[in-house]
Amino acid sequence: MSNHLDISNKDLPSEPIRKGFGRGLEKAGHVYPNVVAACADLTESTQMHLFKAAFPERFVEIGVAEQNLVTVASGLAAAGKIPFVSSYAAFSPGRNWEQIRTTICLNDRPVKIIGSHAGVSVGPDGATHQMLEDITLMRVLPNMVVIAPCDSVEAEKATIAMASDPRPNYMRLAREATPVITNQDTPFEIGKALVMEQGSDVTIIATGTMTYHALVAAEKLYKDGIEAEVIHLATIKPMDYETVLKSVHKTRAVVTAEEAQINGGLGGAIAELISENCPSPLIRIGMRDRFGESGDPNELLIHFGLDAEHIRMAAHTVVKKED
Amino acid sequence: MQSKRSIKQLELIANEIRQDIIEMLEHAGSGHSAGPLGLADIFTALYFDILNHNPKDPDWEDRDILILSNGHCVPVRYATMARAGYFDRKELLTLRKLGSRLQGHPERLRLPGLESTSGPLGSGLSQACGIALGHRMDNITHRWVYVVMGDGETDEGNVWEAAMFAGANHLSNLIAIVDRNNIQIDGTTEMVLSLEDYRAKWEAFGWHVLEIDGNNIEDVIDACAMGRAIVEKPVMIIAHTVPGKGVDFMEYDFHWHGAPPNYEQAVKALKELRTLRGKIRSEHE
Repeated sequence: MSNHLDISNKDLPSEPIRKGFGRGLEKAGHVYPNVVAACADLTESTQMHLFKAAFPERFVEIGVAEQNLVTVASGLAAAGKIPFVSSYAAFSPGRNWEQIRTTICLNDRPVKIIGSHAGVSVGPDGATHQMLEDITLMRVLPNMVVIAPCDSVEAEKATIAMASDPRPNYMRLAREATPVITNQDTPFEIGKALVMEQGSDVTIIATGTMTYHALVAAEKLYKDGIEAEVIHLATIKPMDYETVLKSVHKTRAVVTAEEAQINGGLGGAIAELISENCPSPLIRIGMRDRFGESGDPNELLIHFGLDAEHIRMAAHTVVKKED
Repeated sequence: MQSKRSIKQLELIANEIRQDIIEMLEHAGSGHSAGPLGLADIFTALYFDILNHNPKDPDWEDRDILILSNGHCVPVRYATMARAGYFDRKELLTLRKLGSRLQGHPERLRLPGLESTSGPLGSGLSQACGIALGHRMDNITHRWVYVVMGDGETDEGNVWEAAMFAGANHLSNLIAIVDRNNIQIDGTTEMVLSLEDYRAKWEAFGWHVLEIDGNNIEDVIDACAMGRAIVEKPVMIIAHTVPGKGVDFMEYDFHWHGAPPNYEQAVKALKELRTLRGKIRSEHE
């Protein structure tokens, strides 16, 4: 992996992760004739408008009806389609979990559920719209794949990969512009973790928007004399156990970072994994069993401790515990 | 795929299916009695006359689709599929047992021919909409999508999301049959959450509505034929049925919605069915 230690000084371009999904879906539409898309009255916001413009006959407007969104998609999949369905994560999978469980997971239909505007960084809309439980809800479902790309470039690759994945997939997207930290050459494969920074003192495992903050934290930690290994876990489930455990065996100190509830989220998943396989000091950065609130996105991230500085402090703590 | 049978022959098949249902439920020791018995005529009509299907090739690409939305009524589907030749009738007695392909509620991946997994109510109509829409996208006009639902099931909001969607999209390759037997677990449908004016509700959502006697096989066949001729709208067949049909002590009694017969009750029910309510006298009597 290229050295990101200078990340905070780089003038990185920024773009909402969801934009990469929009481009990826249009590309997937060109590659796979059976890809179709359905949306619950948020077509532009979830970036499906590009697909709709390119393939109007393959786009379905569902209206504000998220239960119908995923169950119609289950039917479309039964008819041989690869349906991508999008809404805000608070509504899908927030409202239609049982339908996803029964008609998509147990029924094993390759529906691609896109939950946009996840996390507190939705900002001013407030707690109702700041979906924090989606990773937890989707992670516990048998057959479901859970993906949270770190930037728009990766989201585009993930979308194209999802179109040929035979399983039900959930992908979590964010609203605000996020620094672009990968490029066209960065490898992406569903189920594979990406070691973005190598180190031997502490393992920082991050997903989605928090991977950037993890890299910034690693840079600060380097200056503090701590070498952090940063693992970007774009696929939370099925998890790349091998890569994670290899790193944890080496560092014996772990910090996780996600813009979601740590209970049952990435933090929960890592806690389950390492407590069974390689017990090590662990601090989980994320939402701690509470809801968000209205505010400026960056202000909220700091308010809830979802930033590089909190990851850095957590790393210091777990490294000390390890000694 | 099968040669057409007379209505009289179909009625006898429906009666045999009812006997199978009683035996299955008694053997399983749990399950729903009233709905499956009430639906026996509709399922006989579907599998032995209406559906274009092939029991020897359940995934045949030109087949019609039948979605069972109220999955708790699946014993009638299993019994009918066995009679139609999908699998050996002996397997019916594995219903609800460990390792069985005949799960308490239908699981598509376990038994070929089921088309969908259902149980939690209210999502079959949406899935049928998705399949109908998928066929339309592919310009497939020779395959019909049927969905059987319960009336109590239509308390679910998901049903009305689908109802609005099907109406707005003019899904005329979709034919829904609602089992209007007027009962659900807590009592009569009108007592639990009134559904009437039921016909007007569906019409208001953009459906062409037909009302029939759902225990009259000829009515069911005719209504589906009429439904296939409607080209502008999805078709809702409100099939008025008698819950527990064919077994005197079960008919019209909502307590039989979610209960199986015990051994004595099963013997009594089977005798009633086998003698066509006393019309045929056994030589052992």
